[in-house]
Amino acid sequence: MTLDYQIDGPENEELTKPSQGGPLGADMERRDGRDKVTGSACYAAEYRPKGLLHGVLKRAPGTGAVRLSNAEDVGTIPGVRLVLQDERMIRNAAQGTAGEAPVQGVSKAEYVGQPVALVVAENFETAWHAANRLQISCEGASLPVLPENGEVDDDMQEEAITGEPATAFSDAEVFVDETYTTPALTSAPMEPHAAVAEWHGDRLTLHGSLQMLRYNRLELADSLGIEPEKVRLRAPFVGGGFGSKLGISADCVAAALAARELGQPVRVVQHRRQVFEVNTRRSETRQRIRLAAGRDGRLTGLGHEARVSNLPGEEFSEPVLQGSYFAYAAPNRLLRSDLVRLNRPAAGSVRAPGEAVGVTVFEVAMDELAGKCGIDPVKLRLRNLPEAEPGSDRPFSSHRLADCLTKGRDSFGWDDRPAEPRQRREGEWWIGTGMAAAVRVNMVMPAEARVRLTPEGRAVVETDMTDIGTGTYSILGQIAAEGLGLAVDDVDVCLGDTDLPAGSGSGGSFGAASTGTAVWLACEEIRREIAGRMGCDAQELTLSDGHAACGNDRRSLPEVLAGEPLSGRGKLEPGEALEKVRQATWGAVFSEVAVNDVTGEVRVRRLQGTFAVGRVLNQRTARSQAQGGMTWGLGLALTEGMAHDRRDGHIVNRDLAEYHVPVNADVPHLDVHLLEDLDPWAGPLAAKGIGELGICGSGSAILNAIHHACGVRIRDLPATPDRILSGLT
Amino acid sequence: MQTTLTVNGTRHQLDLDPRVTLLDALREHIGLTGAKKGCDHGQCGACTVIADGRRINACLTLAVMHADAEIVTVEGLAEGKTLSAMQQAFLDHDGMQCGYCTPGQLCSATAMLEEARAGRASHVTEDLEGTTRLTRDEITERMSGNLCRCACYSGIVAAIEKVAAE
Amino acid sequence: MRPFDYHRPETSNDALNLADEEAAFIGGGTNLLDLMKLEVMTPDQLVDINRLGLDQIDEVSGGIRIGATVRNSDLADDARIRRNWSVLSRALLAGASPQLRNRATTAGNLLQRTRCPYFQDIDAPCNKRVPGSGCAAIGGELRNHAVLGTSDHCIALHPSDMAVAMRALDAEVIVRDAGGGTRTTALVEFYRLPGDTPHIETTLTPGELITGVHLPVPAGDRQVYRKVRDRASYAFALVSTAAVLRMENGKIVSASLAFGGLGTMPWRNEEIEALLTGEAPSNALFDKAGEVLMKEAELREGLEFKKPLAQRVLKAVLTEATQ
Repeated sequence: MTLDYQIDGPENEELTKPSQGGPLGADMERRDGRDKVTGSACYAAEYRPKGLLHGVLKRAPGTGAVRLSNAEDVGTIPGVRLVLQDERMIRNAAQGTAGEAPVQGVSKAEYVGQPVALVVAENFETAWHAANRLQISCEGASLPVLPENGEVDDDMQEEAITGEPATAFSDAEVFVDETYTTPALTSAPMEPHAAVAEWHGDRLTLHGSLQMLRYNRLELADSLGIEPEKVRLRAPFVGGGFGSKLGISADCVAAALAARELGQPVRVVQHRRQVFEVNTRRSETRQRIRLAAGRDGRLTGLGHEARVSNLPGEEFSEPVLQGSYFAYAAPNRLLRSDLVRLNRPAAGSVRAPGEAVGVTVFEVAMDELAGKCGIDPVKLRLRNLPEAEPGSDRPFSSHRLADCLTKGRDSFGWDDRPAEPRQRREGEWWIGTGMAAAVRVNMVMPAEARVRLTPEGRAVVETDMTDIGTGTYSILGQIAAEGLGLAVDDVDVCLGDTDLPAGSGSGGSFGAASTGTAVWLACEEIRREIAGRMGCDAQELTLSDGHAACGNDRRSLPEVLAGEPLSGRGKLEPGEALEKVRQATWGAVFSEVAVNDVTGEVRVRRLQGTFAVGRVLNQRTARSQAQGGMTWGLGLALTEGMAHDRRDGHIVNRDLAEYHVPVNADVPHLDVHLLEDLDPWAGPLAAKGIGELGICGSGSAILNAIHHACGVRIRDLPATPDRILSGLT
Repeated sequence: MQTTLTVNGTRHQLDLDPRVTLLDALREHIGLTGAKKGCDHGQCGACTVIADGRRINACLTLAVMHADAEIVTVEGLAEGKTLSAMQQAFLDHDGMQCGYCTPGQLCSATAMLEEARAGRASHVTEDLEGTTRLTRDEITERMSGNLCRCACYSGIVAAIEKVAAE
Repeated sequence: MRPFDYHRPETSNDALNLADEEAAFIGGGTNLLDLMKLEVMTPDQLVDINRLGLDQIDEVSGGIRIGATVRNSDLADDARIRRNWSVLSRALLAGASPQLRNRATTAGNLLQRTRCPYFQDIDAPCNKRVPGSGCAAIGGELRNHAVLGTSDHCIALHPSDMAVAMRALDAEVIVRDAGGGTRTTALVEFYRLPGDTPHIETTLTPGELITGVHLPVPAGDRQVYRKVRDRASYAFALVSTAAVLRMENGKIVSASLAFGGLGTMPWRNEEIEALLTGEAPSNALFDKAGEVLMKEAELREGLEFKKPLAQRVLKAVLTEATQ
């Protein structure tokens, strides 16, 4: 039996509500943690079916028509089994939720670094060397790789104008008009993308490092030209994704094709450099922000114009403006985004697509406005909060930004701060504080899950949902334990297998709430069945401590089940709530930094985030998610950026030595405060997303603190020592 | 070529292409996949193992160079079912998310405590001839050879502080 | 990696006899294997020098002798080095990561290859990797590139921290040849500027083996190493400065300064040292030193920042060392 549900409004009276003080929300150990600390967690590349062969992808050194100059020679290297160039191989990774093949055909290279061939050998060393030996020539006209040379794609333009922004700008008492840039960024999950493909007859099993199996299966089947039912994907452990594993990557299709051709299982693991080149990146952006305000700081107009890029044919456009639609009230508004077509590696979703760079930049502009108005930056924001979503007038499902701002301000000790920059000095170091608001749209995605109750009274949660470090194993177990009145240890959670009901997949901060709700619905279905057996209404039934109780009738679950298992299935569809209300998550980030007056180096001394993210499902894993996001904000502000070669667009710093993700020493203790926010429009669990919000304000809190410390305003990210220095000198 | 590797107290007789790194020998030839391949170039620390008491990047050394060494991987940190203090502290403080860097973090942290006990200095040590105190700054500097993209640094540092204080 | 033969000799003579023209000696392997995987380096033989007994640090008359295979971490930790050659400890601890320092060796660090991304990319032309093929870095994206000692053929930066401190400490490289002869070469003679032969980086010839480094008693007791990088740890230098100074009666009587992040080899400029010697410290003097340091710098697009950064760091280092 399946319980179908869609979130159409705030009323969920027919569904049971979670209790207070139960397993839901508890600060609990990560349930897959033991496997992770002992090394027994098995990631995609670690499956070793008998007869496993090893494939290495080969990149295009240029663009145009691709020719393998010495494939025959390479094929004769002892141990080499195959040099594959197959038109079904994919050029770009699939975009998130594509559900169909991405662009295929590797006889043509559209960007430098594109995969164009696969070399398979009996061991990794041979395959790697043979791939290095393989010579690729590319012939074609030179293609645009610089944003200033690319063509704007008119079909991709986004524009929303409310009121008369031009007049607001020209009549403003106080006006900010600044242009900011952010570089291309990469996800850089610690586990490189990997696939182990194995055929049994016409059926493919692929162990992959993937975030969204229900879509990935369709993408892979479509790429191979087979029925989705013939494809089974497994991904019980995924070593991070951050958007780069939303869609299938080149390794999946290449491994499947080679395994088919050779009649043996084939593994393809991306080299770290390939992780940079062949998976989707976050587009570089150029953003012009205009803020028109009265002297009291009240916004009369706002403008946010962005330019981003992507490869020809790709439909993804970094949604830079997403947060600007609803963060602040202003009667006159100009929002506009343009996409330029460039032959750089494809752009796609990277953790918090849109807000990560859009909110970050906008919140720096707000700081500039606060300075110009002479108003405290927290007060400026509080003064401009909208009653309803500007433009649409949709109500907010819950609006907790003011709470986050004031609570964050109080716990940080913000009010001690001097209003002017360059007031505190410790030796060579300028000390300053900064803050920013954080907003991120909240999304719900279709999700299904099954919960089985064994005759002994243990529960098993089953869905193809993934845990990419997000804590899915933990929270789904807690949800089922809460729903069925069991101890968490009496619940098993099986994830990452397309033989199981299709969860939402991990991405866009929607995984926990979407798939979690499906699990809750499955439990509700079981409750109803048990209530029926007990002869009462589901509402009257109490499930606790492994017992079912109706009035005075209390029975153990094994007694109720009478030797038979019981199974329920839950199915969530996003409903009308998405149109009726603006749903978002809210936060405020405060930071203290030290800026070295000699070198321009920045050290973040404090970073505090106060977040309202719906119901918190597990305090411990939620805190880690928030801290992760905040560190990404730190990286975005200070250290990260891909350099594209100006001549051919290839990523120059495509390794972890030269692309600087923050190291331990860059990150202070991260202080996280989670506010209770039971959003009534978020379904029976009242849960929303948390994984991305932390990025959205942290970078700007740091950049604003840099300005407060030393007076240097960084508008071209990241704030590396040289850029700070050019302001200090 | 024939070589012997001693890993977590067990001797393994192997016939290896000299190109096989210590990391690939562990993962592909011995079947110990705890040590991870994150970059294969010494840039991330996911492959960190302890060789003769020292933490090293298993990806940047050849297996045949370690015939006499005692290698400890993450699989060798626990005593049977009993987790090491560091492993337990990582669980208590959620010093992991995706888990891919975790084995390297654990081996690194375990060996790092020994380095500090032996009085080894770090980049942030004020006095090269003074005693070593494991402040937060010392821990973060000494653990900076292990990247964590999920960014569990707060939990990792808290876990290490707890074990260091014991 | 290209297939190779692996040898593990027990004596230096055996090591030298085993090594052919295309051979490489391997100590820690942290740089060599990195580049062999990328097939930037493709030796046909690896001669493992870890059993040659070159892992000792010995006090010798007039200084200290560091064996070729002494690990970077052991060198940084040595009590004598910490006490008397502290700038070397500091430089080592500022480099790489603890794991890498536990493997990387003294000789390997001296021979560390550039981090120029075009050198490390076998799809790009590079005069250092393939003589005569051109330089993709010139006209490309520059950050970790040299501004001093460059040529039209190569702007690759020497990436070592250790070698910068050693340059300031007047280190000499001890080299042994196949005939059993030993020569000692000052670092300035050991490294070569790229000129039109950037593929030849040192005066070491095939068939020669570095057995150690000799450090004389330091010329100054005031030693400072300062490094600026793009993140707080585990990153190569944007700029670094090593200073070894002696002061008497408020005046600088001896100054030896070396620089990282600037040159195609660990950089030293004797004009600065002459300028400082005999003078009382002052901001004006230090500013002048900075002018001298950067007067011949070639500041290509993307590298302009190195001039103010190097000058400010030099001034701060001199201020610290003379206080």
